[in-house]
Amino acid sequence: MWRRIVVRLLSGIALVLAVVTVAFVLLQLAPGDPARFWVGPSATQDDLDAARRALGLDRPVFARYLAWLADFVRGDWGTSLARHRGVRDVLGGALPATIILTGASLLVTYLGGIIVGLLQAVKRARPVDTLLTVATTLVYGLPAYWIALLLVLVFTYGAARLGWPAWLQFPAMGVQSLDADFLSPGARLLDRLEHLTLPLATLGALGVAGTARYVRGAAVDVLDLDFVRAARARGIAGRQVLLRHVLRNALLPVITLLGLALPALFSGTVFVEVIFAWPGMGRELVAAVAARDYPVVLAATAVFGALVVIGNLVADVLYAVVDPRLRTGATG
Amino acid sequence: MNRDRRITVGVTVLVGFAGLALAAPWVAPFDPVAQGDVVRTRLVAPLAAGPDGAIRWLGTDQLGRDVLSRLLHGARISLLVGFLAAILSAALGTALGAVAALGRSWVDRAVMALTDAALALPRLVLLLALVALFQPNTAVIVLVLACTGWMPVARLARAEMRGVLVRPYAAAARAVGVGQVRLLGRHLLPNALTPILVATALGVGNAITLEAGLAFLGLGIPAPAPSWGNMIATGRDALVQAPWLATVPGLAVALAVVGCNLLADGLRDQLDPRTRR
Repeated sequence: MWRRIVVRLLSGIALVLAVVTVAFVLLQLAPGDPARFWVGPSATQDDLDAARRALGLDRPVFARYLAWLADFVRGDWGTSLARHRGVRDVLGGALPATIILTGASLLVTYLGGIIVGLLQAVKRARPVDTLLTVATTLVYGLPAYWIALLLVLVFTYGAARLGWPAWLQFPAMGVQSLDADFLSPGARLLDRLEHLTLPLATLGALGVAGTARYVRGAAVDVLDLDFVRAARARGIAGRQVLLRHVLRNALLPVITLLGLALPALFSGTVFVEVIFAWPGMGRELVAAVAARDYPVVLAATAVFGALVVIGNLVADVLYAVVDPRLRTGATG
Repeated sequence: MNRDRRITVGVTVLVGFAGLALAAPWVAPFDPVAQGDVVRTRLVAPLAAGPDGAIRWLGTDQLGRDVLSRLLHGARISLLVGFLAAILSAALGTALGAVAALGRSWVDRAVMALTDAALALPRLVLLLALVALFQPNTAVIVLVLACTGWMPVARLARAEMRGVLVRPYAAAARAVGVGQVRLLGRHLLPNALTPILVATALGVGNAITLEAGLAFLGLGIPAPAPSWGNMIATGRDALVQAPWLATVPGLAVALAVVGCNLLADGLRDQLDPRTRR
């Protein structure tokens, strides 16, 4: 198992390096001359040449690539063109908000998806199953940005206008209220949870719908297998068979799914962060793209790639926890 | 839901949208970009009559433009981009999958490593990074979507083709000296076609969502053009006064995507007898 994790870790690092390399190539393709940008329009040819030397642009591409790579590995990600701050500062400040949002979404996604999927598998071909299949198919097709807008429309504006009870009204802006600094610790936590509700509901609805479809398929496959029937025949209680025998085996394909679900989740996060003014990486990325702030765009891309790699590593470890065959190293 | 019915519903939705999109210039009651008397025609509610007495079935936006007309014309852009991008990425993915399946082992490994690396990045992030480099217009959006959507097709095509290559008839064809190209055309492509079609159907839905998403972020096809994403973005600014502005085009996106997904689900189950239960 450790060998497997080390191999995956190394290939993950290779992947991040590949992303950074592609980012460098794209940076070279970007329109506009950085030296010209640096000295301004009224500069003479001599000024321009001096700026090129200062920025290292007179050196061969490969030498620049190595220097850039060395800087990147050391954590020197350059300066944001639009914000005039270190790129690492900008993204480092945004990372926690994104991790909180995506982490909570993953939790909701897997818990909800497993419950709904198992329920469907047990009630296979009954009305509940059909209803949930239609519901998950529909929700899965909805764009994240549209779900988010509908939630804001109903639970922020609609709830306020129709005078719904306070616990059914949710804020649609930021991570906390403006007066958060003056609240007691308990009230502050509640305030933050309220702000998390709608963004989480958006990503959670999409995640649960997508995961439930997989869990249902996997659980239906397992329910027909001999060992499940054998367990039932031995008189083991239905709930225990479901949890010990069916769920455990049905979980394997679902954990593998994490590798694909994580990129999709981050795509959704970008929209959700923009709509709910959630101060995370996705919002920084969109702002940077709009401002043609290349250093931030490229670093953000690399960080998202690294997050996916880390997620896949976690999935690998989980896989070994659920499947004891992998723990002994008997199978590769 | 019955698998045949899923295919029927999916095809009906897509053909219906395509028909409306093609007929938009004749069906649309108003000019999609004409603003007219903005003060008097802005934010007319759905089903209400405008100052000229003509009913605006889906209302008007902040600039007095008819939402139904914009929706119909927007279908042209959304469907064009969706289908073109999905077909292009299917072609690209099939080509790369075939190269991997037929090539030497190091070629196979290189192509698959590239595929896995591209799959690991969130597609929207990749799209945004590319859009940052080019001025978006319809062609750029199609190309950028195609460049970020070929990976699932490449993996599927490779897996299917390798499955065929180990069959006796493929070995026999090779033994009697059938060339790579002919092998590809006669045996590999026909066998891989259905899974590729399934992936393409899903790809159309994804491309439509993402095109509208980019436009929603203000980074898609530029503004006066009536695209569904542009419409949702404008609607967001008037969410309270005119909730129909954002909900109606979003519903169109959702319907088109669900149509694609139903078609793909139905096709996949038809293909895989294991799931027929």
